[in-house]
Amino acid sequence: MSASRLTRPVAIGALLAFAVAFPLVFTNPAVTTNAIYTLIFVAWAAAWNSFSGYSGYISLGHAVFFGSGAYFTAIATIDWRLPGSDVFWLLPLAGLLGGVIAVPFGIFALRVRRHTFVVITIAVFFIFQLTAYNLAVTGGTSGLLAPTINFAAATYNNPFYYIALGIAVGTVLISWLIRRSRFGLQLRAIRDDEDRARGLGVRAMRVKLSAFVFSAVPVGMVGGLWWYFTTLVDPSSGFDPLNDVAVALMAFLGGLGTVSGPVLGALIIEPSYLYFQQQVAAGYFIWMLYGALFLLVILVLPRGIIPTTAERIGNWLDRKRRNGAVARREPQVVTAADRDKELA
Amino acid sequence: MSSLLRTDAVSKAFGGVQALSGATIDIERGAIAGLIGPNGSGKTTLFNVITGYARADSGQVFLDGKAITNARPERVFGLGIGRTFQLTRIFPSMTVLENMLIAGQHKERSRNPLARAGGAGARRHAMDLLDFVGIASHTSALAQTLSYGQRKLLELAYVLVADPEILLLDEPAGGVNPSLINIIADKIRELNAARKTFLIVEHNMDFVMGLCDPIMVLDYGMVIASGPPEVVRNDPKVLDAYLGTGDEDDDLEDGRAGT
Repeated sequence: MSASRLTRPVAIGALLAFAVAFPLVFTNPAVTTNAIYTLIFVAWAAAWNSFSGYSGYISLGHAVFFGSGAYFTAIATIDWRLPGSDVFWLLPLAGLLGGVIAVPFGIFALRVRRHTFVVITIAVFFIFQLTAYNLAVTGGTSGLLAPTINFAAATYNNPFYYIALGIAVGTVLISWLIRRSRFGLQLRAIRDDEDRARGLGVRAMRVKLSAFVFSAVPVGMVGGLWWYFTTLVDPSSGFDPLNDVAVALMAFLGGLGTVSGPVLGALIIEPSYLYFQQQVAAGYFIWMLYGALFLLVILVLPRGIIPTTAERIGNWLDRKRRNGAVARREPQVVTAADRDKELA
Repeated sequence: MSSLLRTDAVSKAFGGVQALSGATIDIERGAIAGLIGPNGSGKTTLFNVITGYARADSGQVFLDGKAITNARPERVFGLGIGRTFQLTRIFPSMTVLENMLIAGQHKERSRNPLARAGGAGARRHAMDLLDFVGIASHTSALAQTLSYGQRKLLELAYVLVADPEILLLDEPAGGVNPSLINIIADKIRELNAARKTFLIVEHNMDFVMGLCDPIMVLDYGMVIASGPPEVVRNDPKVLDAYLGTGDEDDDLEDGRAGT
């Protein structure tokens, strides 16, 4: 019992130690660059899941917060002429902006459920993208370019990496706290039966909106970080609808509504996407593969890797325990001769 | 005894169908009131109006003398009216214990929204109630694995978590086996002895007649009779509502004679 209780903290500790040591071991910038993009999506998927996964309201509009965070950081950096690592201080504000945008967005979109909700989040998303195309302050089609940063070339990626890691770990931690809290319980009750939950005193609108606003904050933060790292945001990359699909796929693949599922999904999908993009074939072919993978997940693993695997392991352990019990009992089984004696 | 829950001439139409037309009921504190009537007579609609799931077109609902007409479901529950549904509604992908921890305990308010759900007190309370309804051995099972009867018991238990003053039960005996029906009736009596008030919609006449007093009879959205079981049972208007009017009977017999 104590051994299995220790398994999880030890595994998490090892994973964290690995993540912290990663850029020190793999110093190749090409590798750490991919790791930064992956961590950005770990944070995004975990944040998205803490709303969509727990409540069942599938949002395809979280790129609104990502793009807004990116544009906000870009505009503020350029306007205030912030040098070097000072830009990182803008990230909490970028997250805050995501949260602020989520309030009216949520009040508007969360009045409806299921498919209608999904469609509204997509519609709001396109409003933001079109606005970015047409405003002067966002630089229109050409977007906003980051100033050159004078970090040392050898460790250039490290600040980005550790900030992305910090945001990702913080998001997963809060997602875990939400899941075991009363708030998380109420979100999952809304996912199962919203009207019944209201009849048990759950203030559904308030609970949904709080989760929606919370989930927007880390996405806004990684949006800002992403802009500073890639050095360019334009409407099609900042407000990229494919990012929304990718994040949903990550959560579905790993296990929608679980804490670790979206993390695992992001760790699988983003690196393989980057590898494919860089080594095999650039362009839209990868998206066709995504589509096929999405279909496969829905058909074969509808609940995702984490819940399905956990159930398989649980069943396997049960079977092993039962077989063990049978084996131990076997010597006591009465033989045919014994039974004959008894009958006689 | 004082009136705890009262509706005053509540009307509700769905398109051209008048589901409730001036339904007036009055439930005294400490009663186990029964609400019966033929299919489509408006029983569930009245429940829905009282608990905020449907808006009344006109009329008033009072709890303890205070108007609560058209309050939202979450507020109605907070005010002390718990209800169960005709088609039992539990939270299938959550465990039985998690189901028990959803209902807001209006007495304890946690300031930290991320505090772990179900402190020791809440868990003990939940376990006591699961024990009371007899499904404590299923605590960590997913609710979707429960049988229909067990789901009914779970629904009753999680409504009781918040300690409501009055429970509205929509067909508590519907679709469950006879031995469980008796258990449910016993639980209701026990809770009633502990000062809980009940309003029960039920089609099982033995169940209603043996448990409820007074009984109100709804027909075409109106209360056509109310009183103790023996009075209601022999009321000609009630017999008409269930069996059709004398005229219709004649028609029926004529029709049969014709064939």
